[in-house]
Amino acid sequence: MKPAEFVPLGRAEERSRTSWLAPLSVVLGSMVTLLPFVATFPFLPPFGLMMLLGWRMTRADSLKVWAPVPLGFLDDMMSGQPPGSAMLLWTLCFIVIDVLDTRLVWRDFWQDWLIASGSITFCLVAGRLVAAPFGAHVDTALLLQILICVALFPLISRFCAWLGHDAAQDR
Amino acid sequence: MAPSRDRRPGFSRRAQYSLFLAYVGAVGGALIGAGLLLLSTFNPPAYAAVRGFFGEITTPISSGLDWVRRSIANTPAGVSEHWNVKAENDRLKKQLDDNETLVMRARTLNQENRRLREMLKLRDVTTDAVVAARLVNSSASSTKRFATLNAGAWQGVRRGQPVRAPDGLIGQVVDAGPNSARVLLIIDPDSIVPVRRTSDGMPAIARGRGDGLLDVRSATLASGQFKAGDTFVTSGTGGIFSPNIPVARVIKTEGDAAIAQPAANPDALDFALVQQTFLPEPAPSPTPSPTPAAPK
Repeated sequence: MKPAEFVPLGRAEERSRTSWLAPLSVVLGSMVTLLPFVATFPFLPPFGLMMLLGWRMTRADSLKVWAPVPLGFLDDMMSGQPPGSAMLLWTLCFIVIDVLDTRLVWRDFWQDWLIASGSITFCLVAGRLVAAPFGAHVDTALLLQILICVALFPLISRFCAWLGHDAAQDR
Repeated sequence: MAPSRDRRPGFSRRAQYSLFLAYVGAVGGALIGAGLLLLSTFNPPAYAAVRGFFGEITTPISSGLDWVRRSIANTPAGVSEHWNVKAENDRLKKQLDDNETLVMRARTLNQENRRLREMLKLRDVTTDAVVAARLVNSSASSTKRFATLNAGAWQGVRRGQPVRAPDGLIGQVVDAGPNSARVLLIIDPDSIVPVRRTSDGMPAIARGRGDGLLDVRSATLASGQFKAGDTFVTSGTGGIFSPNIPVARVIKTEGDAAIAQPAANPDALDFALVQQTFLPEPAPSPTPSPTPAAPK
């Protein structure tokens, strides 16, 4: 790692690779739905949301608080959910995680995992409520989807940490 | 995890303001998202243009991946086919002999059928196909069941047209971009297809359940007694789907409704066929004017 360089007062530090890598990886996560399968029930985890939470948990400074707004819009355009749902739900998750940051300052990975699982569950359940009528028989599939997401989150988190670590070294 | 560094910006007014504005942006963005969500709930086609724009970008990617997937999936089949050709040849020759008598019987039946049809002056309702295209991707992470078709308005696809496979109905076009279109599958909870039973023509309604199956309910007051194995085809009511496209087969009855399996599996199909709307909406009739309009 290079020694810290002199940054004059009033000038921003050099922007790291994370500043573009984090949003890009979230968009690529959203684009997983472009895989050529015609699903008959929802089975694919929302990779965009999971990447977003992975970055938020491993490197909180990589994404601005308002970043979920444009990222959620792009996700809505590709996921088939009604437009605006990810914009709203992802941003709410971010704000709630910021509030939790002031309450639970020193956290372990277990707490991070719990918070991320809660966020994913919230987004998926709320997304189901706005997208499908109340009587639709999607709840079993949704439960499976949530379980897959929760089980997969540590992997995504490691992946984000690896990307962020690389970026920190190349800064 | 250590507390993040940039939450307390210290005494710098500039840092404080930028942090504050970031939160204002987040809350404002969330409110905009809520507004868009309300609009999309009450007026789903409102975003057709924006979605179409993104669809134009993403559909080529999906089409490419789809091509790769099909190539890979076909390779083992091609190899085994090569080795099985000889065995298959013998088997087919044997089958051919067996079928000879069957074909003869079918021919006589066919002739008889043609003669009867001519007698009855029956006319086959054939709606012409618009285009045959592939379904390249779908909303696999959402509870909505959309699929993307890699053909659009340039190929003549219009909003509302039915999409079918050789073995049954697939869905209906909801947005048509220039070169891509979104198809609402019949297994979506918001999709409703008017159907009739093939055995006795009893009208019913097939509604998607969301888990890959369909709910079939009788459309008449007399609760139809469904039986497992009943097959349903489109009835043509409503004017969107042309009649006699297979839709579903009942697998289980539940009270006065039945759970049915769709006739066509959208993932297994090679090409989807977009058809003209069965009965297009009538053109607005000209308002009768009391006096004939005189040329000015």
